[in-house]
Amino acid sequence: MRRITKHPILQFEEKPVITFTFEGRKLQGREGDTIASALHANGIKVLSHSRRYHRPRGFFCAIGKCSACLMTVNGTPNVRACVEPLVEGMDVRRQPATGGELKW
Amino acid sequence: MVKTQLLVVGGGPAGLAAADTAASLGIQVLLVDEGRSLGGQLVKQTHKFFGSGEHHAGVRGIDIPQLLLKEGQDKITFKLNTTVIGCYQDRVLTALTGEDEYFKISPQAAIFATGASEKFLAFPGNDLPGVYGAGAVQTLMNQYGVLPGNRVLMVGAGNIGIIVSYQLLQAGVQVAAVVEAAPQIGGYLVHASKLARAGVPILTRHTILAARGKEAVESAVIARLDDNWQVVPGSQQELEVDVVCLAVGLSPVVDLLRQAGCRTRYVPELGGDVPVRDSLLRTSQEWIYVAGDVAGVEEASAAMVEGRLAGAAAAKQLGADVAAADEIIARSQASLKALRGGPVGEKIRSGIAKLEGGIANA
Ligand SMILES: Cc1cc2nc3c(=O)[nH]c(=O)nc-3n(C[C@H](O)[C@H](O)[C@H](O)COP(=O)(O)OP(=O)(O)OC[C@H]3O[C@@H](n4cnc5c(N)ncnc54)[C@H](O)[C@@H]3O)c2cc1C
Ligand code: FES
Repeated sequence: MRRITKHPILQFEEKPVITFTFEGRKLQGREGDTIASALHANGIKVLSHSRRYHRPRGFFCAIGKCSACLMTVNGTPNVRACVEPLVEGMDVRRQPATGGELKW
Repeated sequence: MVKTQLLVVGGGPAGLAAADTAASLGIQVLLVDEGRSLGGQLVKQTHKFFGSGEHHAGVRGIDIPQLLLKEGQDKITFKLNTTVIGCYQDRVLTALTGEDEYFKISPQAAIFATGASEKFLAFPGNDLPGVYGAGAVQTLMNQYGVLPGNRVLMVGAGNIGIIVSYQLLQAGVQVAAVVEAAPQIGGYLVHASKLARAGVPILTRHTILAARGKEAVESAVIARLDDNWQVVPGSQQELEVDVVCLAVGLSPVVDLLRQAGCRTRYVPELGGDVPVRDSLLRTSQEWIYVAGDVAGVEEASAAMVEGRLAGAAAAKQLGADVAAADEIIARSQASLKALRGGPVGEKIRSGIAKLEGGIANA
């Protein structure tokens, strides 16, 4: 729905579907997607929440440089969703911005 | 421990040219890049390049990587999906392939061609989802074929802001306006006039004051600036947009160089903190060279030539044929001089002058 279908220069052929879950919900991405691009194509921009004020957070750089997009994937916290390729059956979850509760 | 004569970090235009040149001079090269494909920033550039034919002008950025690897291919080992995460003064680097293959590299010399990263801007709401860097918007559209949103406010009318605005239109996304704080458009006018013809207002002397929205950007407030860069009272307007795209410049990625003990200096003309280097692109650490945007933010054409220069200089240091290396060095230096000639190159020239003296003076 939010994918480019017609473009004067680039060609985007229909790629095979990859099924994954986001917060337990089943979603579909396409082969070649990163986690963030698949979520964005599904209209999901909020990838995590800030720790103190719980402000929504999305990606910023999309090339793995800024850490704005960290998510918990298959139980591993702090995965950069903007560069991590989407894999069939992945379990993708939002996390507090630190990846877990900090204990001092 | 992986041993190699020359390590090239980064496979954008600078790194590819460096690896190819050194390899063609007989040097064993290992090239690592954290991406899944080679080409760096080039892979998302769908427009035809400006510049001269020698530097692939008229070719679309996405097609350039293949052209760069000519002679040396079989002497280069490529390792993709691999991030260099540490660089130590005893000439050992650490790297990570994927999430769990961790290893050390010990090269005799290294060329850093790690590029640049996007600058950020301070305004309320800048942390909302939907505030994206221009590179991110390009990546999303041109690499993954996903639309960043429906209606975009572009901040910055330099080359990148103008080109990405045009690419947004091509992908079927509306551009509400391009705001630029400076009194004139910084980007090439060919692309700016394409935007103007498509009805996109380019508002110079304007800036963004805030992004608003609950879960993500829903609108943005812009205003006019006076000659002292102050907001003109009453000039605020709220635009309905779901993406704010920041194209306010790039700064060199120098963290690893710092860790290795390379001296850096703040040179605004080149994008911020830049490694101090000599006319052969050698840093204050004698085994480390730099090339491309990391050595000062410029363009792909300069990045390729710097790659050839650093590749030849490093090869010479590693014992390659002196006459052959010197020839490439001389040719590249002349070519850089030509690229940076004229009024357009003025800023770059003055920036580089501040750096090249650095090693001798320090
Ligand atoms: C929208 C836009 C339009 C442009 N249009 C033009 C144009 O028309 N003409 C022109 O000449 N130039 C243009 N440019 C500029 C050009 O793209 C850059 O100047 C050029 O790509 C710089 O090359 P580089 O090799 O220095 O860096 P990059 O292309 O940024 O490559 C750096 C590489 O290093 C890798 N890397 C970084 N850190 C690490 C690490 N720690 N470990 C492993 N790998 C790492 C990255 O993955 C990347 O592949 C444009 C740029 C943009 C953003
Ligand atoms: S968005 Fe910057 S690291 Fe992922």
